[in-house]
Amino acid sequence: MKGFPQAAREALADSQQRRNVGHATRTIRAKRAAVVGEVPDWEALRAAGEAIKRSAMARLDELLVQLEASVQAAGGTVHWARDGAEANRIVASIVKAHGADEVVKVKSMATDEIELNEALAAEGITAHETDLAELIVQLGDDEQSHILVPAIHRNRAEIRELFRRTLQDTEDLTDEPAELAEAARRHLRRHFLAARVGISGANFAVADTGTICVVESEGNGRMCTTLPDVLVTVMGIEKVLPTFEDLEVMLQLLPRSSTGERMNPYTSLWTGTTDGDGPREFHLVLLDGGRTDVLADPTGRAALHCIRCSACLNVCPVYERTGGHAYESVYPGPIGAILTPQLHGLREGRTLPWASSLCGACYEACPVKIDIPSILVHLRGRVVRDAAERGGLRERLSGERLTMEALARVFASRRRYEAAQKAGRAGQWPLARSGRIEHAPGPLHAWTAFRDLRPMPRQAFRDWWRTRGS
Amino acid sequence: MISAAREDVLERIRSALGPEREVVEIPRDYVVASSMDRDAQVERFAERAAEYRATVWRCAIDDIQQAVAAALAEHGARRLVAPDDLPAAWRPEGIEWLDDGARTLSPEELDASDGVVTGCALAIADTGTIVLDAGRYQGRRALTLLPDLHVCVVRSAQVVGTVPEAIRKLGEAVRTGTRPVTFISGPSATSDIELNRVEGVHGPRRLEIVLASR
Repeated sequence: MKGFPQAAREALADSQQRRNVGHATRTIRAKRAAVVGEVPDWEALRAAGEAIKRSAMARLDELLVQLEASVQAAGGTVHWARDGAEANRIVASIVKAHGADEVVKVKSMATDEIELNEALAAEGITAHETDLAELIVQLGDDEQSHILVPAIHRNRAEIRELFRRTLQDTEDLTDEPAELAEAARRHLRRHFLAARVGISGANFAVADTGTICVVESEGNGRMCTTLPDVLVTVMGIEKVLPTFEDLEVMLQLLPRSSTGERMNPYTSLWTGTTDGDGPREFHLVLLDGGRTDVLADPTGRAALHCIRCSACLNVCPVYERTGGHAYESVYPGPIGAILTPQLHGLREGRTLPWASSLCGACYEACPVKIDIPSILVHLRGRVVRDAAERGGLRERLSGERLTMEALARVFASRRRYEAAQKAGRAGQWPLARSGRIEHAPGPLHAWTAFRDLRPMPRQAFRDWWRTRGS
Repeated sequence: MISAAREDVLERIRSALGPEREVVEIPRDYVVASSMDRDAQVERFAERAAEYRATVWRCAIDDIQQAVAAALAEHGARRLVAPDDLPAAWRPEGIEWLDDGARTLSPEELDASDGVVTGCALAIADTGTIVLDAGRYQGRRALTLLPDLHVCVVRSAQVVGTVPEAIRKLGEAVRTGTRPVTFISGPSATSDIELNRVEGVHGPRRLEIVLASR
């Protein structure tokens, strides 16, 4: 891990990627704005969406037990996993029990997070990613850079070269997107028809009916959840919704925020197993994987409300310039900056809470109203305190820390504050030229390297207040 | 082992939330019932489905057969899959019908067909969506997935205005029969390459909607 500042510097040097990401985020932003603008009750839907998720988190234990019972009653099997390794073991043992050495997979953030493909490979099982973008990433041995369009950093010419190199019968392939999609269709169809085990994530899981919901565009999700004999769904425990009717809110918020469509091409809802239709066996793996740690922080837990629409990425001025790789995390962008450090108990992504200008665009775009800027500030505090607790003498005596402690003392007492003001007014005159301080002394020069400071006024508000007469 | 994980996860949740749980009221003051009249809803459905590059064929309820024939002729489709309860009155002459139901078609047979003809459970005007719930005239999910052409008959009485109206109607199919539900909005599509929308990756590349009104 390089940390965000270094990784961002490197990403910014890649001008092709910056053009690709800039074009993509601008395009999705315009589409989203148009379809959100035509919904007269959008703010009412956001308020309902936020409350549904908050209510689900407040009753999470009860709802998961209810979900388990509903899925079992509908003929499914439920497994619980404390962490990624446990979830991976469960999935691998199901695949092996059916004698399969290949699975087809529909894009899922949870399985990316626990590195399921790598774990299956270690057991001799090949996982075929079937989402076009995931296929591009997998064939290129690349990393995804966006939640929704993971290959957003690749243009069509790069994709054509990749397909020519890795897929059969592609010598005459042009860089027309339709032709590239056709090549992927031919390549994957034989896997779909042969696969005995399918693996999916879940966008939503309904506690009262046991219904799982997967939202997608291409039809690969329908293939993976319909054709194989056995279906395994891995979902983070925060995906549970209390009632089937809650879908009426989420299925309006998600597609419009995500792809900027009124509705995505395909939404699949299934409840356990159905005789003569789809898989004969259904397994649901409920994954904790750090989510209960997030839940334990009353301020940070709203990060669990995320429905993975990626609207916050597309509006973020930082993401738009750096792209997703700089976040060094499965979850990039503003949501990644609050989710990643929390999911890993601040052991990973410690620099991410600073990867933001706190402009608030993410909060405005979020369909479930996650107050990302406030959580970023909260996490900055947690990271600093954590460093002080864990760090040695050097951490405790760092310049920033000592300065902040001194400032805290000054701001805590009126006497000290006024004395400091007086001293500052006396000391600043050699520095203030034409009403600005352009070069502050000592460690403060880092601040004035990029901006000017206004000098303190001759008369402070407090002085004026005392002398204003009655 | 597995039950130990279950107890651990539940215990972690309980200790994370603590004894004082928040009680959350969910404000549901969003629009549930459409304010448009039925004709306007049907018009909006036709418009919005077409915006997804589905082709919409309008016809009278007695002319479904001719409209289906026209939609099939457009693609030169001759070997068609159908759920075996598809009404005879919807089936044009001169088609080789592969019925699925009493006999189950293999994935290869579905893949090799020219297309599929079905009905639907309902359609949503606001989003131009058709919804299948494996009920009457629809068959199982694979039928509308593997063939490259899907012709779907929607009767105007099946059109609802909003997503909440649709979900509330579907609740029954899910609660009583645990039937699978599929929302379809236009043909299969991807925007993964430079965000250009391309029809048809894995699902049917053509969606033809026969919209029959009284």
